Amino acid sequence: MKKLASLFLVAPLLIGSLVSPAKAQAQTEEWKKVPIPKLPEFRPPQPKRIELPNGMVIFLQEDHELPMIDGIARIRGGERDMAANKAGFIDIYGEAWRTGGTKTKTGDQLDDYLEQRAAKVETGGSVDSTSISWSCLKEDFDDVFAAFDDVLRNPEFREDKINIAQKGSYDAISRRNDEPSQIAGREAAKLVYGAGNPYARVPEYATIAAITRQDLVDWHARFVQPNNIILGVVGDFDSAKMEARLRQAFASWPKGPAFKGAESKPAPAKPAYYLVEKTDVNQSNILLVSPGTRRNNPDYYAISVFNEAFGGGFSSRLFSHIRTVKGLAYAVGGGIGSSWDHDGMIRMMVSTKSATTFESITAIDEEIAALAKDPLNDEEVTRAKDSILNSFIFRFDSPDKVLQEKMAYEFYGYPLDFLENYRKQIEKVTKEDVARAAAKYLHRDKMAVLVVGNSAEFDKAPASLGAANKLDVTIPAPPPGLMPEQ
Amino acid sequence: MSYRNRLTLLLCLVLSSLALSQDLASFEKRITVKTLANGLTVIICERPEAPVFSFFTHVDAGSVQDPMGKTGLAHMFEHMAFKGTDKIGTRDYNGEEAALAKVEEAYAAYSSERNKRVGRDEQKLQQLEKAWKDAIAAADKFSAHYTNEFGQIVESEGGEGMNAFTNLDETAYHYSFPVNRLELWAYLESERFLHPVMRQFYKERDVVVEERRMSTDSNPIGRLIEQFSEAAFAAHPYHRPTIGWMPDLHSFSATDAENFFHHYYVPSNMVVVVVGDLKAADAMPVIEKYFSRLPTRPKPDELTTTEPPQNSERRVVLHEQSQPFYVEGYHRPDYRSPDDQVYDVLADLLSSGRTSRLYRALVRDKQIASDSQGFTGFPGNKYPQLFAFYAVPLPGHKTQEIGDAIHAEIDRLKKEDISDDELKMVKTRSKANLIRSLGSNEGLAYALALNEARYGDWRELFRSVDRIDKVTKADVRRVANQIFVPDNRTVGVIEFSGGPPPAASAPQGGAQ
Repeated sequence: MKKLASLFLVAPLLIGSLVSPAKAQAQTEEWKKVPIPKLPEFRPPQPKRIELPNGMVIFLQEDHELPMIDGIARIRGGERDMAANKAGFIDIYGEAWRTGGTKTKTGDQLDDYLEQRAAKVETGGSVDSTSISWSCLKEDFDDVFAAFDDVLRNPEFREDKINIAQKGSYDAISRRNDEPSQIAGREAAKLVYGAGNPYARVPEYATIAAITRQDLVDWHARFVQPNNIILGVVGDFDSAKMEARLRQAFASWPKGPAFKGAESKPAPAKPAYYLVEKTDVNQSNILLVSPGTRRNNPDYYAISVFNEAFGGGFSSRLFSHIRTVKGLAYAVGGGIGSSWDHDGMIRMMVSTKSATTFESITAIDEEIAALAKDPLNDEEVTRAKDSILNSFIFRFDSPDKVLQEKMAYEFYGYPLDFLENYRKQIEKVTKEDVARAAAKYLHRDKMAVLVVGNSAEFDKAPASLGAANKLDVTIPAPPPGLMPEQ
Repeated sequence: MSYRNRLTLLLCLVLSSLALSQDLASFEKRITVKTLANGLTVIICERPEAPVFSFFTHVDAGSVQDPMGKTGLAHMFEHMAFKGTDKIGTRDYNGEEAALAKVEEAYAAYSSERNKRVGRDEQKLQQLEKAWKDAIAAADKFSAHYTNEFGQIVESEGGEGMNAFTNLDETAYHYSFPVNRLELWAYLESERFLHPVMRQFYKERDVVVEERRMSTDSNPIGRLIEQFSEAAFAAHPYHRPTIGWMPDLHSFSATDAENFFHHYYVPSNMVVVVVGDLKAADAMPVIEKYFSRLPTRPKPDELTTTEPPQNSERRVVLHEQSQPFYVEGYHRPDYRSPDDQVYDVLADLLSSGRTSRLYRALVRDKQIASDSQGFTGFPGNKYPQLFAFYAVPLPGHKTQEIGDAIHAEIDRLKKEDISDDELKMVKTRSKANLIRSLGSNEGLAYALALNEARYGDWRELFRSVDRIDKVTKADVRRVANQIFVPDNRTVGVIEFSGGPPPAASAPQGGAQ
């Protein structure tokens, strides 16, 4: 914002000071004459953090705009904490936890009970956690919270609903090679992390079939402990009353064993070309990938600016050069990825017609190579920083967003003022920092190149590129007797 | 995300049914409407939750308005609206304007030779193509440093979620800004429609062709939806893909796009809605100052084609390397029908959550599908449209079995009244959904713009919930009997072919 103010001062001077190009220059600067007043000071409401003696962490965020109360509990332990021979477990658990009902109510009874109130209680699972949430009109809070608590602590995991969840997973497995972008995303993760790594592995018919009700019961007993839970509540309530209510519900819940997750390191494939043959498409999905970094890396801020300028929005180099100027792609972009608590992925992606597959890979190569000779300049870096800083307010423009940020910091053990600090750190980033970060993390010679496409139409034979490895994505057959006859 | 979630998202893009009611009075106090002298409708909704605002510019023209032989043009213009103006995105507009005119001359000459049915001179064609490409290179010099300047300004000034969409019914532009950029936004958004420049048009056309390859050609469900719509609508332009047919995308010109703009981007055909931490008394004069610059032009004529009654079942079958999929649709009247909310009730009853009839029948009880829904507003909702059903068959279950199961549910609707509990559930849900939808600037801006454009009154956003409240069991049964008949049906299926099709296969799909 400081920089913009100085631009206002400069622009009118240019109008009179130069002759013919100045006219054109002045013309393009008209938008800069529009006044931008100072943004009013905004202190978003901060949630109240409560830690119960049993270790459960609660955030309460009042928001009186609408007569609703929503809540979500995030629980440590996810797909990465399950054995690989039961890959896909967390999807089954995340569905059957809710649909399988509680000791006293079937899932169907819960469905009717909640839908009569236009309310939801839902469960789910992800790679690092599971969750259970509710959403309801304020007037139904007592009813809906009771159902939430019942599912949270007394699930029954009825077999019939586990079977339905398993069938859903079989269906997803059977369809996983239908869409090229899905194949590309999945196979790229394997190239970065290794096929067996929890961040890349995929369910198979056999691993889903191996999951039993006892696995779900055991998982719940192991992980759903108050000291593994972060609960966030947002909506039209009084915090003091809500706190009393939640203490009454959860304070007597005894603490369980502490959770410790296992680390898993990326095991990247050797840098080479990899091809997934797909004959029913006329466009190639291309990904250049290698392991990335974490968000608590001090380089994260320089990386954020780099990503914005190199492969982010409309203004980025990849978008401007490969889409706008060359017309090679609708979808193009990428950057140095960072995850909260494990290494993310560096990925550059482009989708282009089969006949410009290698032309597009070359175009990306050139953009990466150009960073050494022609690093992101002052204008590009300033624009990227402005973009991040001026849109910063959208990270916390609703009480719900603030709550979600805080819950994420709590979950991953980040300082709760991470967001405030982020802004200060971005302001400090220089173009030298950006160049250093790019040179440190982005190495074209360490990246695997994955192409999902119709090789008969490519602009070069994949074999001409040396080691072009064909990836076999054939779906392993289901164990005998598992599926109905086709 | 699981397959069924992604699919639901995909299909939701064409639904956009708005079921809303609630505290109209409180919104009356917060909403200001003004029709400017040039015919533009401006709505400001005060929502002082945080110092930001969102806007929606709604243009009442979509791909239904594409001229014959130029499908995809409405969507193409939408892309061009990000290319800047005579002041944004150029180093010397006078020079650029002359150069762009030469590009159009050269393209017209090339195009005319290329389209000759008899006596095309291949050598001349090559020369003309080269002359056209040279003219493009000459014009590009004027914009070289300013590639995407319009988007750059919005992004570096803190714009969030900058995007636009075109569907069969309309085109819309939207993003959010910190509230101190209201005047900058008013300048940029009015400037964009005051003098858009068709620079880099033919490269952007290539970009749109890639968009088509991604969303349709290389996506089995995309291919099915295109063939299915084409079969279901014979006369009405709802049969065409918004993205455009490939040959048309290789044919239309920047001049065509400019003509489309002049004809349809008329202030009286547009609604601009701003929602956020604004005071109407301060914001309206700013908006009026900039948007009043748009010249008054005659409002375009309404489309007159209506789809004649269908009197035979139609069926498209795609033999694909991908897994089976089932969709069917029945013609229904447009959104102004007195039964409009009956269709909303039907869609909710059939599809909403695990209590819905299709979930319970196909997913829970018969266990033949991983997901199934019924929805209205396909492929648009401004004109007579389809009430459609889809289902994702589980492995080993045939599309025929899926169709039979859906028809059994339809027969139930025709023969038995729905229960009082079910109807009450639908009505309660419609009210709760309304309340949930009011909590975001973006969502409100979209809903207010759409209702203002469709009904000439944003209040319909709230009234539609009252109309849902009046729907009876008898209405549901009557409407089901009216439209769910075999002669009014179009079916589209993907059948698994087991592998790459034989080299000389016939064109896929098509009405049979």
